[in-house]
Amino acid sequence: MSILINKDTRVITQGITGKTGQFHTKMGKEYANGRNCYVAGVTPRKGGQSFEEIPIYETVRDAKQATGANVSVIYVPPPYAAAAIDEAVDAELDLVICITEGIPVRDMIRTRRKMQGRSTLLVGPNCPGVITPDEIKIGIMPGHIHKKGPVGVVSRSGTLTYEAVGQLMEVGLGQSSCVGIGGDPVNGLKHIDVMRMFNDDPRTEAVVMVGEIGGSNEEECARWVKDNMKKPVVGFIAGLTAPPGKRMGHAGAIISGGKGTASEKIAVMEECGIKVTRNPAEMGKLLKSVLR
Amino acid sequence: MRLVRFCCAGKKMKIHEYQAKEVLRKFGVVTPRGIPCFTVDEAVRAAQELGGKTWVVKAQIHAGGRGKGGGVKLAKSVEEVRQHASQILGMQLKTPQTGPQGQKVRRLFIEEGASIRKEYYVGMVVDRGSQRVVLMASSEGGMDIEEVAARTPEKIHKAAIDPFAGLTDRDAEDIALKIGLPEKAVREARDLFKNLYRAFDETDASLAEINPLILTTDDKVVALDAKLNFDDSALFRHPDIVAMRDLDEEDPAEIEASKHDLSYIQLDGDIGCLVNGAGLAMATMDIIKLYGGSPANFLDVGGGASTEKVTEAFKIMLKNPKLKAILVNIFGGIMKCDVIAAGVVVAAREVKLRVPLIVRLEGTNVDLGKKLLAESGLPIISGSNMADAAQKVVAAVSGKQ
Repeated sequence: MSILINKDTRVITQGITGKTGQFHTKMGKEYANGRNCYVAGVTPRKGGQSFEEIPIYETVRDAKQATGANVSVIYVPPPYAAAAIDEAVDAELDLVICITEGIPVRDMIRTRRKMQGRSTLLVGPNCPGVITPDEIKIGIMPGHIHKKGPVGVVSRSGTLTYEAVGQLMEVGLGQSSCVGIGGDPVNGLKHIDVMRMFNDDPRTEAVVMVGEIGGSNEEECARWVKDNMKKPVVGFIAGLTAPPGKRMGHAGAIISGGKGTASEKIAVMEECGIKVTRNPAEMGKLLKSVLR
Repeated sequence: MRLVRFCCAGKKMKIHEYQAKEVLRKFGVVTPRGIPCFTVDEAVRAAQELGGKTWVVKAQIHAGGRGKGGGVKLAKSVEEVRQHASQILGMQLKTPQTGPQGQKVRRLFIEEGASIRKEYYVGMVVDRGSQRVVLMASSEGGMDIEEVAARTPEKIHKAAIDPFAGLTDRDAEDIALKIGLPEKAVREARDLFKNLYRAFDETDASLAEINPLILTTDDKVVALDAKLNFDDSALFRHPDIVAMRDLDEEDPAEIEASKHDLSYIQLDGDIGCLVNGAGLAMATMDIIKLYGGSPANFLDVGGGASTEKVTEAFKIMLKNPKLKAILVNIFGGIMKCDVIAAGVVVAAREVKLRVPLIVRLEGTNVDLGKKLLAESGLPIISGSNMADAAQKVVAAVSGKQ
């Protein structure tokens, strides 16, 4: 088992003819079961063509109908990326993973509003994607640093996720799934949503939760962990030394009630029974110490 | 995956008060009449043109708290306008937000005086929790609103705005009443709030603040001050707003960095950091501090760093006179370690590196990258992991190497 994606997932690449879309579709196809997983691409006005033997369709709906794909990954440029998410939601895919960085916040507010009451899940935008090691990789993370195993990883950052994975591998621990939820203010799945899935996944035995300053997602997740989580969770919060004046404007600080600093997040997580390291080089060691 | 999370202030384009009022007026928000000026003579002419008996001479810098530093003054005659203008223009204005060195005043805004009955606070921001734009307002106008939020959060009233419906009459009137505006001013306040939201939405703003919003002695509702920041990701569709950018107000190192698509923020320490990814960059600063050092900057080279980009990053860091060592921390995913290593070697040669350089590489093509560094003949200290590299750079700075 795993969460969100596995070897049976069938993927559409939205924006498959762009440079980034091509590169990462190729990498994804070459990883583990990728050859069977990557079944379609979508680029308007390029329907009927193909890339690396993957057929290209005009719309997500066409691609889904023709191939039975249930997940899409988006490499569409920022001005059009929110509309690409809308299209995938309208086609009723199970999951959309949006890698694109720099989508205007106003567009995402509208896209998230349209998603209300719909069943499609969104990971991202501005995220590295999701990987279930040795089965499937959807996104821009380096596949070869991962290995199948018992640890779930959820993080807002890209390279810091790789860092966590690298440290797990050093102590001999593989991963069930790794989810990069992205750092944008308006996005899809939060720490808490991914944590719920890891709790329900029989193959995940422990979770590394990597957070950052700003917002209150980590705190909400920590409170949920305290009341519901059956597995050990360890964490790290980046930004303990970020200067406060540079962090956010006045209004931003108010809306979160003055919350969102690293030390406040760490305090809440520790109150909720999550072991938190102040040293970003010790995430792997800490996880190993709590594994039964 | 950039600075936005680390530093909203650095990644959100700011404009001056007079420009913000110009934008807001286009959407029907009521403000006092005023004229921006660059010289004392212009200020005098502006006062004459505006007429009336009182004027306010306001320093135009991006930082807030201008009044506290002596950058906002009331004049009761044209002669006083001249005096205040000559005093403020060119001064090094220090406010709680400028830092100890202050900010030079290059522009003034001359505004007609207002008769104030009461001051309020109005703000608008994107709320992560509700994923909506939120209107917030308080009866405690003109104050440091963060303090109000911390001490008396019940005095701040909020309404989340549905992007399809916009700010409704009902929500706007409800907020106006809650902050204690008198019945007869509620309709005007409602219209002002709704216009403010339209301005916020249509210009892709990331933050709007009217502090204070005033009720005049004849019961008019007026935006006495205005602050607008914009979402950098949306500037491509607002050339009119980009044209308002004032480079004099921005950190030269940060401007230089943004030209090369690097996210850079100067800090107080002496250890330069070059990292890929904002999260890892923050974690690198944290670990330097943990081992007793102090970071000189935040620098995220992003996902697609080329040799040129790495060279520029080195040049920007080396402009900082406090710099005593550099730590390069790269976890290569898409970015291959050998490409970064080649960039580091070229950069170190080109800039004639004068400080110790510690490099930690991990990820794709790491062995190739390490080999390039070792064969370069440059005195590069290699870190085997993040902790090792951080300890080595701290030791290099404290002379224990």
